[in-house]
Amino acid sequence: MLESAAARVSLVFLVLLAAAVILVPLCSRYAYDQQDLGLIGQPAAPDAAHWFGTDTLGEDSLTRVFYGGRISLEVGLASALVSTLVGTAIGALAGFFGGRVDQCLMRATDVVLSIPLLPLVLLLSGMFRPDLPLLVLAIGGLTWMATARVVRGQFLSLRELEFVAAARALGAGSGRLILRHMLPNAIAPITVSATLAVGSSILLESALSFLGFGVQPPTPTWGNLLNAASPWIGTAPWLALPPGLLIFATVLAVNCLGDGLRDALDSRD
Amino acid sequence: MSPGLLLRRLLGAVPLLLAISLLLFTIVHLAPGGPTDVYADNPSVTPQALAQIRIAYGLDQPLPVQYLRWALAMTRGVWGYSIRTGRPVTTEIAERLPASLLLGGTALALSALIALPVGILSAALRRSAVDRVLTLLSFAGISIPVFWLALMLQLLFSIRWGLLPAAGYETIVDAGGDAGWLDHLRHLAMPAAVLSLATIATWSRFLRGSLIDTLQQDYVRTAYAKGHGTAGVIIHHALRNALIPVVTIVSLDLASLMSGAIITETVFAWPGIGRLFVESMDARDYPVLMGLMMLGSLALVLANLCADIVYTLIDPRIRYA
Repeated sequence: MLESAAARVSLVFLVLLAAAVILVPLCSRYAYDQQDLGLIGQPAAPDAAHWFGTDTLGEDSLTRVFYGGRISLEVGLASALVSTLVGTAIGALAGFFGGRVDQCLMRATDVVLSIPLLPLVLLLSGMFRPDLPLLVLAIGGLTWMATARVVRGQFLSLRELEFVAAARALGAGSGRLILRHMLPNAIAPITVSATLAVGSSILLESALSFLGFGVQPPTPTWGNLLNAASPWIGTAPWLALPPGLLIFATVLAVNCLGDGLRDALDSRD
Repeated sequence: MSPGLLLRRLLGAVPLLLAISLLLFTIVHLAPGGPTDVYADNPSVTPQALAQIRIAYGLDQPLPVQYLRWALAMTRGVWGYSIRTGRPVTTEIAERLPASLLLGGTALALSALIALPVGILSAALRRSAVDRVLTLLSFAGISIPVFWLALMLQLLFSIRWGLLPAAGYETIVDAGGDAGWLDHLRHLAMPAAVLSLATIATWSRFLRGSLIDTLQQDYVRTAYAKGHGTAGVIIHHALRNALIPVVTIVSLDLASLMSGAIITETVFAWPGIGRLFVESMDARDYPVLMGLMMLGSLALVLANLCADIVYTLIDPRIRYA
């Protein structure tokens, strides 16, 4: 329902942000773990040399915020991809075959939905201390349920349509029917839920890292930058402001974009 | 809903809980080093003592046997002992539960009180400037990272303006606290506001959409034709039907409320089960973690069941076969 203007502004913001985090190694005067030895001990306030100040280790906060954006965006996009692939596969199989296959897959969905998400991801990452790819698999592997339900619904109704019967009569097998005939017709809702998954994955990763169980320093992410900034919230608030604002703005932009896509792809209000 | 059907649905939750418990049990026992890993780093625990601990906890038994013993004990209310404190898990949880229920209950009440008028207003003034602002606000509400919002509120209301206590459950009596309700309320204000923000946003959006759908139905036009004003039509005719789909999202949102509670209780040092979870994570206190996960899952399963029941109560058209 947000006008497409909001979606357009969001898209521009996200493109600029992506450019910034890709170009940060070329533009920044500092490496993300480069320490200014004279500033170790206490966070230093912003000045001409360090626009966002430095953290307790004397590292440039501006550089770390944008390097952190790299990891946060990477994790968000990759987790959303995993979650969309898993959700689409499960939803398509359940909706296409129906019957017992559908029942089994939907029971499995119920089981995963009935375990509180953040505690489960915390438990997993606390026990296995995952590296980035494993973290992505964990986040994506536990957030596919909404997509699966949407895709299943689409396939259940598509299955009854005549063009599917026609394709089947022409000798198309199940795999071909699913991939070539039905999936393209379900692409609109899949795109919308994939977009929304990017936002929720970024939020989940940052919450994990904030609590100390996600990506570990010295690799910066928006979440663990906030973790490091939180004890200094009273004395050095400039450390907590940029990463939090960027998470907020990014997730807001992704959600507005998803909403805009939903409106563009579906004319119902 | 007939008693027989209710019983059948209750029984249907049993295999679900079994599957959840099996999954959680497998995860915890797949952990590198297993549940006694926490002792492996301790130099004063000899390999012999470690072996004895494993036998004492039954960890030398095959996994299926361990699972059966654990599951049977869980149903009898024996949830094991905390590795950190040595006290029963049920005691640990029971001690922390009231604080979480107070926080969660306040957040739910706040959400309902605010989301209801906001959703109605948004739907009634659809496409107006007010609606657009409320829409943007609700998007902001679901997009803002909870922990950052909490930090910012602490910065402004506690550190800068000194209006509210930054953290904790009550002012300690020695430090001039009186344990009165006003003191509790002041401690509750920020955590409850932070925790309820996301639910206010989703509920009001959902109610708006559902109310707009309902307002397009024929019986609503009939009500207008009989001469009711907009407010009367919405409150007396449309709202009841519009609330039906909201019931499902209320029960689903319990899950996100649990996730939010972990973060909120950690930032505000609120002595509830969310903070207990994080403390137990740091100590790798698996019995407590398992107990909390099972309790959370049980609550989610029951909430879904309740939603089904409420569904039939507010809409007699819905019949379960």
